[in-house]
Amino acid sequence: MHNIVRQLEEKRAAAEMGGGQPRIDAQHNKGKLTARERIELLLDPESFEEWDMFVEHRCTDFGMDRQSVPGDGVVTGYGTVNGRVVFVFSQDFTVFGGSLSEAHAEKICKVMDHAIKVGAPVIGINDSGGARIQEGVASLGGYADVFQRNVLASGVVPQISLIMGPCAGGAVYSPAMTDFIFMVKDSSYMFVTGPEVVKTVTHEEVTQEQLGGAVTHSTVSGVADRAFENDVEALAMLRRFINYLPTNNRVAPPHRPTPDKADRIEPSLDTLIPDSATKPYDMKELILKIVDDTDFFELQPEHAKNILVGFARMEGYPVGIVANQPLVLAGCLDIKSSIKAARFVRFCDAFSIPILTFVDVPGFLPGTAQEYGGIIKHGAKLLYAYAEATVPKITLITRKAYGGAYDVMASKHLRGDVNIAWPSAEIAVMGPKGAVEIIFRKELDNPERIAELTEEYRVKFANPFIAGKRGFIDDVIMPRETRKRICRSLAMLRGKKLENPWRKHGNIPL
Amino acid sequence: MFNKILVANRGEIACRVIKTAHKMGLQTVAVYSEADRDALHVSLADEAVLIGPPPSNQSYLVIDKILQACQETRAEAVHPGYGFLSENAVFAERLAAAGIAFIGPNVYAIKCMGDKITSKKLAQQAGVNTIPGHADIIRDAEAAVAIAHSVGYPVMLKASAGGGGKGMRVARNDDECRDGFLRASNEARSSFGDDRVFIEKYIEEPRHIEIQVLADKHGNVIHLGERECSLQRRHQKVIEEAPSPFLDAATRAAMGGQAVALARAVDYESVGTVEFIVDADRNFYFLEMNTRLQVEHPVTEFVTGLDLVELMIRVAAGETLPMSQADVTLDGWSIEARIYAEDPCRGFLPSIGRLVRYLPPAESDVVRVDTGVYEGGEVSMHYDPLIAKLITHGRTRDRAIAHMREALNESYICGVSHNIGFLAALIEHTRFREGRISTNTIAEEYPDGFHPEDMIHDDPALLIVVAASIHRQYMTRAAGISGQLPGYERAVSDHWVVVMNDERHLVVSRTVNEGHDVSYGDECYQVRSTWQFGQPLFKGSVNGEKICIQVERRNMHYRLFHWGSQVDIMVLTARAAELLACMPVKQAPDTSQYLLSPMPGMLKQLLVEKGHEVRVGQDLAVVEAMKMENVLRAERDGKIDEILAGVGDTLAVDQPIIRFE
Repeated sequence: MHNIVRQLEEKRAAAEMGGGQPRIDAQHNKGKLTARERIELLLDPESFEEWDMFVEHRCTDFGMDRQSVPGDGVVTGYGTVNGRVVFVFSQDFTVFGGSLSEAHAEKICKVMDHAIKVGAPVIGINDSGGARIQEGVASLGGYADVFQRNVLASGVVPQISLIMGPCAGGAVYSPAMTDFIFMVKDSSYMFVTGPEVVKTVTHEEVTQEQLGGAVTHSTVSGVADRAFENDVEALAMLRRFINYLPTNNRVAPPHRPTPDKADRIEPSLDTLIPDSATKPYDMKELILKIVDDTDFFELQPEHAKNILVGFARMEGYPVGIVANQPLVLAGCLDIKSSIKAARFVRFCDAFSIPILTFVDVPGFLPGTAQEYGGIIKHGAKLLYAYAEATVPKITLITRKAYGGAYDVMASKHLRGDVNIAWPSAEIAVMGPKGAVEIIFRKELDNPERIAELTEEYRVKFANPFIAGKRGFIDDVIMPRETRKRICRSLAMLRGKKLENPWRKHGNIPL
Repeated sequence: MFNKILVANRGEIACRVIKTAHKMGLQTVAVYSEADRDALHVSLADEAVLIGPPPSNQSYLVIDKILQACQETRAEAVHPGYGFLSENAVFAERLAAAGIAFIGPNVYAIKCMGDKITSKKLAQQAGVNTIPGHADIIRDAEAAVAIAHSVGYPVMLKASAGGGGKGMRVARNDDECRDGFLRASNEARSSFGDDRVFIEKYIEEPRHIEIQVLADKHGNVIHLGERECSLQRRHQKVIEEAPSPFLDAATRAAMGGQAVALARAVDYESVGTVEFIVDADRNFYFLEMNTRLQVEHPVTEFVTGLDLVELMIRVAAGETLPMSQADVTLDGWSIEARIYAEDPCRGFLPSIGRLVRYLPPAESDVVRVDTGVYEGGEVSMHYDPLIAKLITHGRTRDRAIAHMREALNESYICGVSHNIGFLAALIEHTRFREGRISTNTIAEEYPDGFHPEDMIHDDPALLIVVAASIHRQYMTRAAGISGQLPGYERAVSDHWVVVMNDERHLVVSRTVNEGHDVSYGDECYQVRSTWQFGQPLFKGSVNGEKICIQVERRNMHYRLFHWGSQVDIMVLTARAAELLACMPVKQAPDTSQYLLSPMPGMLKQLLVEKGHEVRVGQDLAVVEAMKMENVLRAERDGKIDEILAGVGDTLAVDQPIIRFE
């Protein structure tokens, strides 16, 4: 017995040292924390319960039988973030470069299975050189086992990936299937094939950072939802982020009391919409002025900036916000923004988070790049996501809601629960100028007549009343009382029950 | 007395005039351009008349439109404010012809004083000291150089119709003189529609001190003491005070006497200001007379207890001055700080845009706020970028400064760049505290503009304990979330590490009613506040002392602004603070190979082409913003690699214009 306790202590000590002090120092010198340090900062103090510390790999080839570290390169277990349970796995780059062995994969699978069973989020911290090559196909099998669980957990418990080092090759597909990916600038990268392969195959010279760094994925590709300055910041922000999410798809999102009054009036919103229809304004101001405590956790802030998505709270209850951003591309929908918003809408719907949609959209972005890129199918994703969503949906039209884009943006026709408009709203098939040029094509060579007709069209259609007449919008509200009206609507919708017809699954245009 | 007056102006001065008119029981009419439909002065007035498109030369400067507005609304008198038509003799004449009273001096006085050359001659005749110079209009750049030689460098080139710093250039040699002549006349043309320029001796280390005069239509002329307006940048006043810390009683009396003599010489009536330039030996020279209400008139109002606008209206209605010179007493000290939409980090270049947040300080017996904007309003490119004036009063100069310090802490603006931090730094500056200022002070002390992060805070402990209190509040809120594991709820620790400027400070914060008791060092600070999440102003007290600190939450940092300094603070657990040491220090991206537009504006001129070799200080481009031409110069030697913007392009802040190799 005494002997066993001594062995236990030795094994714990060995596991806690991971790949040993020199490798820990090397990790720190790269500006990275170790797997255990990361878990410490992520979870509430003293809340981490580690599992499978004694797991070791079973590989005997290439001298692997002579080197083994308890835990095998990944730290797993559960703990709490602000008292709420989360499961976590954190790859340890100091042990075999964090490479994934069969045993390493089994540890990850174990926490994922538990997470699904008890209904708690999974947070994966990725810092791994890739497959344990010495293990060959066993390692590949390990990846696939994780992938399968990612898919089974999808929509059941929230899954969040933190990329804090390399994540390359097949390994990227596990984070890719989780709900959110956060990266750290300058010390993390993700790609399917690395710079060397790229050079051999396409002769492109590119650095790891350019190919798959945090900046690339949070701006160009949209793979990452946020990029942070360093590990400490990323972990602190992840703690903040989890506060918006329910632990699983069967419970309501967490409430957090706020001193911010539901009936707070914001007079300055009355002047948010500029006099000129072509002058942009910052939609983020509207969001910040109506949500609780001016707290808006924006996702993908640097990617597809023509649409804003993110979480906030109203009266302490989480909401997902989707908003056209007139500052960028006039707020047009295009391929990237449709995909960005569609995925966000589906997440909210899967996890019972009400969706607020703020609309100022002149239409879909025209051009060969968009059509060749398949805007038809990508735009349809957003349409599908909104139409499918059964969570409370509140839509506010601030200015333009033109054409098909009007339909897409959580319109009444897509089962919007409360659809309201500001007096500046224009709900029409297209802008007055375009409309007149089509209806009165024969008079195009008479600019004065066209101007006259455009004005006539503007007076007739550029207001919220035509849509109001048909009940497409429920009310026209003063901008200053937006928070009050939305809070009350959300309270009314808290008892909403709506189910789609049974089916195996729908067929979203992927 | 009139029943109804029209205010032919906009912004803070229109609002200020309307307030006094209402106090006197008069009806008011505002005029506004299309850009000012939602402006504050429009909503304050009883009636408002639209007078045209945004550019002032199509609206506020169009005499016919103002006259028409008077007739439509049956206004009996017009108050012109300052700027625009306030010193326009034709306007005063046209009003007189239409039987409408002009709330200001008579046409003769405006004409005499409106032209700098005539006014100087008249001043000489009235026995007023004048500055050496050449009083005639200059034909061209070469003539300017010749005159400059006769007066002796340095010289000042000034637009004859000028004011507000527009159309003024200093020259120290022939090249600068030629260049200055061209720019001054260009600016004069675009700002005043009059390109006449003259030259005078430029006085080194000058102070700008002016005398407020007041006269009625019955020959009574008095003066209300002086205002010191030496703190200027780009020839524009920033901080003014009354009285001046520099004048002695004899000089004050002599200046007052000359000012009154000049006013008498032109049969002055209404309020007016005689501006003097004062050298280090207290020699004073007449600069010009402004035949209108000055921007900085509130400091005189505070120390005299008078309402100058009311007196102007009464004088215009024919009333006699209710006081004589002997009745004028100066009580205590008053300071004015002008809050401008401008960027002190970028050479004070103007900034425009929406006032996303605008929180002025609360008014009291010792704090006055004159403002023409409101939260959600717009700072337009078409007009002066003055957002508000803060005016404070105290028994002593130090008290007035202390009140100003607090008023600036309580002023919050978001959406446009502003100079609040700079103003706070200025009133802290030893030169200002000791009264050792000149019109060159700002240029000498802030040659590279003002950077709030460089300003050292007097009492960092204050920032540390307030940040600790704010963070504790956020952590307590986070711990209040639902769905926690029963029996394992989050308990927030009292122990934290505050990281400021890479230094770590241990604090212990205990939650008490309405705040926290924060132990730091050997002391316990009682931090009390009703602050709520998201509010930009942390108002409360520390150990019973009133405090107001501005706070912005940016990811992990709290950015605090106080007394002109800006610091980023993190509050971490001990473990996080320890691990933070492993995090790399990152360099800001290098933008030195680009010439960036320092402000939103229009690219007026490109002075180089691709492939040109340029030397440090060489002119590269001219950006026009708010009618001011801003020359962008090379910061180092280099070769132009590429031109990234074209003449006529609209530029955003930080938009690259040129790339160097």
